[in-house]
Amino acid sequence: MTDNSTPQEATSASLQKKPSVPVQSTGPVGVPEQERDRPEAFLAVRDLKVHFPTDDGIVKSVDGLSFNLERGKTLGIVGESGSGKSVTSLAVMGLHRTGQARSRPDISGEIWLDGEELLGSSADHVRKLRGRKMSMIFQDPLSAMHPYYSVGAQIVEAYRQHHDVDKKTARKRAIDMLDRVGIPEPGKRVDAYPHEFSGGMRQRAMIAMSLVNNPELLIADEPTTALDVTVQAQILDLIRDLQKEFGSAVIMITHDLGVVAEMADDLLVMYGGRCVERGTAEEVFYEPRHPYTWGLLTSMPRIDKEETERLVPVKGSPPSLINIPSGCAFNPRCPYADIPKGGITRTTRPELQQVSGNHFSACHMSQEERTRIWTEEIAPKL
Amino acid sequence: MLVYILRRLLNVVIMLVVVSMVTFGIFFMVPKITGSDPALLYAGRTTDKVAIEGIRKKMGLDKPITTQYGLFLKGVVAGRDYDAGPDTTHCPAPCFGYSFKNEQPVWQDLKDKVPVTLSLASGASILWLLGGVATGVISALRRRTLLDRATMITALAGVSLPIYFTGLVSSAIFVYSLGWLDTINYPDGGLASDPGGWLNAMILPWITLAFLFAATYARLTRATMLEILGEDYIRTARAKGLTESVVIRKHALRSTLTPIITVFGLDLGALLGGAVLTETTFSLPGLGKAAVDAISTGDLPVIMGVTMIAAFFVVMANLVVDLLYAVVDPRVRLT
Amino acid sequence: MNSSRKAVALAAVVAALSLTATACGGGGSDNKTSTKGAGYDAATTGKVLNASTKKGGTLKLMSPQDVDFLDPARSYYGFVWNIQRLYVRQLLTYDSKPGEAGTKLVPDLAETLPVLSNGGKTYTFKIKKGVKFEDGTAITSKDIKYGIERVFAQDVLSGGPTYLINVLDQGQKYPGPYKDKDPNKLGLKSVLTPDDQTIVFNLKQPNSDFSYLMAISDSSPVPMAKDDGAKYTNHPVATGPYKVASFKPGKETVFERNPNWDPKTDKVHTGLPDKVTFTVTSNPDDMDQRLLSGDVDYAVDGTGVQQAAKIKILQDPKYKANADDPFTGYIRYFAFPQTVAPFDNIECRKAVIYAADPKSLQTARGGPSSGDLGANMLPPGVPGSDKSYDPWGLTAGKPQLDKARAALKACGKPNGFKTTIAVRSNKKPEVATAESLQASLKAINVDVQIAQYDGKNSSSEIGSPTNVKKKGYGIIVMGWGADYNSGAGFLQPLVDGSFILPNGNNNYTMLNDKTVNGLFAQAAAAKTPEEAAPIYGQVNKAIMEKALYLPINFDKALVYRNPRLTNVFYNESMGRLDLAVLGVAK
Repeated sequence: MTDNSTPQEATSASLQKKPSVPVQSTGPVGVPEQERDRPEAFLAVRDLKVHFPTDDGIVKSVDGLSFNLERGKTLGIVGESGSGKSVTSLAVMGLHRTGQARSRPDISGEIWLDGEELLGSSADHVRKLRGRKMSMIFQDPLSAMHPYYSVGAQIVEAYRQHHDVDKKTARKRAIDMLDRVGIPEPGKRVDAYPHEFSGGMRQRAMIAMSLVNNPELLIADEPTTALDVTVQAQILDLIRDLQKEFGSAVIMITHDLGVVAEMADDLLVMYGGRCVERGTAEEVFYEPRHPYTWGLLTSMPRIDKEETERLVPVKGSPPSLINIPSGCAFNPRCPYADIPKGGITRTTRPELQQVSGNHFSACHMSQEERTRIWTEEIAPKL
Repeated sequence: MLVYILRRLLNVVIMLVVVSMVTFGIFFMVPKITGSDPALLYAGRTTDKVAIEGIRKKMGLDKPITTQYGLFLKGVVAGRDYDAGPDTTHCPAPCFGYSFKNEQPVWQDLKDKVPVTLSLASGASILWLLGGVATGVISALRRRTLLDRATMITALAGVSLPIYFTGLVSSAIFVYSLGWLDTINYPDGGLASDPGGWLNAMILPWITLAFLFAATYARLTRATMLEILGEDYIRTARAKGLTESVVIRKHALRSTLTPIITVFGLDLGALLGGAVLTETTFSLPGLGKAAVDAISTGDLPVIMGVTMIAAFFVVMANLVVDLLYAVVDPRVRLT
Repeated sequence: MNSSRKAVALAAVVAALSLTATACGGGGSDNKTSTKGAGYDAATTGKVLNASTKKGGTLKLMSPQDVDFLDPARSYYGFVWNIQRLYVRQLLTYDSKPGEAGTKLVPDLAETLPVLSNGGKTYTFKIKKGVKFEDGTAITSKDIKYGIERVFAQDVLSGGPTYLINVLDQGQKYPGPYKDKDPNKLGLKSVLTPDDQTIVFNLKQPNSDFSYLMAISDSSPVPMAKDDGAKYTNHPVATGPYKVASFKPGKETVFERNPNWDPKTDKVHTGLPDKVTFTVTSNPDDMDQRLLSGDVDYAVDGTGVQQAAKIKILQDPKYKANADDPFTGYIRYFAFPQTVAPFDNIECRKAVIYAADPKSLQTARGGPSSGDLGANMLPPGVPGSDKSYDPWGLTAGKPQLDKARAALKACGKPNGFKTTIAVRSNKKPEVATAESLQASLKAINVDVQIAQYDGKNSSSEIGSPTNVKKKGYGIIVMGWGADYNSGAGFLQPLVDGSFILPNGNNNYTMLNDKTVNGLFAQAAAAKTPEEAAPIYGQVNKAIMEKALYLPINFDKALVYRNPRLTNVFYNESMGRLDLAVLGVAK
């Protein structure tokens, strides 16, 4: 099942100088020695697997994911809920290693951040990086902020955890941050509680908290899902502006291609815990080569289409992550499943194949077939 | 806030008035329906008709129930004069009347018993709160480990074992067998007069009572803690790079305490009205024992007095719980 | 630690596990290996133990129950009457002597026993000179009359016995001194005070028991100037060797010497200790512990030690030598209401008496230390009693089934019958005796149901003849003790037909027999209690022959006495150590 010729690394404009590294995608434990090579990318995830042992069996939430990300760039990870995108972000943050030992998943692979491998580092070391070198914006700021502490106190706490400053300084910093994320009267609002903020303001505060330590990597997990449309745009603008200002690398996790359309430099489409397509944002948007990506595109709301036409959801439901079929995970929902694959059995899993440059997709259909379907059947409908 | 407290205090007063009306009604009306007579209870062994009539008149039992209640209320608020034979005797506020059994003013008697119950309830509650919450947290953090299971089984035992059992067994062991403690005998002046004797008298009741309650609190803490640990804001706290102990102590525990405060307040309030079983088992001269003794002898004024004091504590505990709630959870608005 | 502590611990565990108070029997055999104490039950033998006239020390009394009232007009607990021997005196009192002498009345405030005239209807007492209240004022006949009048003010001063009202009111409806229109508040016409030293009581009928009433606490003198009614109980004025120095309800009462008590005027009280303390404990087990350790002198409530200490005492000769098992003055019995069939038939009553198992009944009450097997209805200590009188052979301790079956046949119920026993649910030993009888009666096919009721309601449950009949209570379990030590005081409420009440009745068998009623009248007409005594013996015989009662036992209690006590004996008039003379060595 190994296809050593298949490059597994995500594309990134800056990554082109480094040739694709062969990856053993199914090695459960031992990672080949040469894999330990220190990557040049700021963030490099290699063959990440996050498996949750449960009473019903092993849940393979992420099952062999690799990508790179450079400073100042934005990577969009797109997929339905349950596709493994959030689990990936928690794995990068090292949050799967906190809490109760019994509910921790098995994690393998490599996560390199600024030349440091995180999965092999001590939990405490990763904790020290958390919130300073890398930080995270969560989906629902109301539930993600502690209801009993003021917004300011929570920002101060984040700041003082990593900076040895007195409370006064930290408070000043918190007010500055609130000001920067566009909260009016920050000197006053700093003492307000999360429930006293509007949804958008809350998310701004959350962003202020995430950025208070100038993180080099910012992971935004569905940052706008809980917000209404006008506020969504403001928040996205804010993240983009702040990214420019701080020069952070950003991972934007969403189920909505629209959110990342303008922001992301690169896109990674996940399905069933694996990457099914990746490339630059332009490539994925304009030349997608995977039926699942097509589905996402056609279900994307667009301003220039009538409501009735535009929402064509991907039929069926995401696969169970327990006992994933050994073949193509998307097969049961794929409208083109019946097209002959030229002798490839249903139990063979499609690996990522180069479409062009750094554009890869994982589908058993031939390149020609997919190009034809895209240009003739899908694109005209969009 | 101040307005809120004032309004709640008014509510407390109203509640107490309602409780007093209901209990007064029960104690003084029901005997009328069933045919027995408070005057007979007062008279003791005398059944002389003239005497009973005299007592009825002296106690105001010949007056309409509303007048009787008015007199009772006046006694509680402003004090009351009683016919003492050659002259009258003034029973100062709060006057719950005189005991049927020994003609002593009920309030004077019960006033001395409050510290006993207070000692018992406060000491035990500190123990069970610390013990219960600590074991609950540990159990939650070590979920499904041997420690967790052992703790929870102990907790189950604590809830299930009746206090007269644990009480007698513990005194059998620690007082009589091992001799670590002297026989339990609450000193007359309480803590102030004899701290050693006080501690000796209180330690076993504290532990047995705390054991009973700690179990409930451990289970409640564990369940709540597990729920809280799954909250998004705990994940956020971890994402900020906080150490696990800060996450638990500052973020998880504070949320966990909210439901515990509620239960704690109500438990403590109820206990302050008299820990009947514990006080009886250890022969502590507190409100609970006074209530039992009064009920067994039909001493109505004492029963009324204990009921009112207990009601007062319960209502006040409710108020304190609500105030504490607002302190702990900023989302709670006191309006 | 030591073995005795372990025994107590074990007992506590046993009590915790079983939660019943049935006695384990313990040491039935008398262990004669006395070490230091005067010997088991030595204080009940009619001798004075540790006789001494040495003054000083503090006598430490304890009780799990506080006094009901210190006001002599209001007290009704037996042990409080004993405590009152410390600080109040009456015209007459029971002599402070062991044995039968203790049941005899002797003059106390009175110079001599009363002079009877007018066919036994007028009692005249002369008061001693030199007797004083604690403030030094002399006690006059008016103070005694005033004290007696206070008993009439039941609306203010409830609680005490009311015999005086029954005897002295004579239809005038005297309201008591507080509502008395007489300017001197001495309006009770049946009592006259011709001068300060003379008091005259005019009765309606002769009453040989009247002298006993003059010895009850509520006949004590009270100075009108110091009487504040309901509040008097907090500071009664003393006439005895001690006065109330402090009274903390529910906690402690301290008695100190009364400087105005003149021992020359007193042949009964000796007032040996300098001080007497009475402490209320909330923990009877703790009290026992302190008794055994010598910390406390006497558990003045007299109900006996708790189960844990009982085992300890009976098993340890050292303790046992300082313990007594005195008769408490109570008798336990079953009564057969004649209104409930088939107990209208004497043969059916006899059948039940014969079928009962006296030994098993005694065990149900707690074994031999809880009382002697009952034989008749007049307990020892009451003049006229005869402990050996046993018409139904109960002291043999065995059921007599042949006789029972014969009686059943004679009753016309050879195949047995059904009936109900009424028993107070809160009295565990009574429930146990009812169960014992129930089991014994199975042998003669008598099917018994046990009906339990709350003891608080006994006056309306078994005290109401209509209720007894309605519910078919064929057998009633009860206990009875006398307020004063005469055959009438004990038996009259139980068997005199004129004492039958619609509520609060004690004549459960509903006996209204001319002979019996006549004997009571005859006894009342006797000149002295001594003369009346044999007549009460006849009453006892008459009711026993009618098979109306099945006596269970003459109640006893295991009581511990501190070996340092002096002048120790049980005064038979009350079944308690006599506080009039009790002293302490050291």
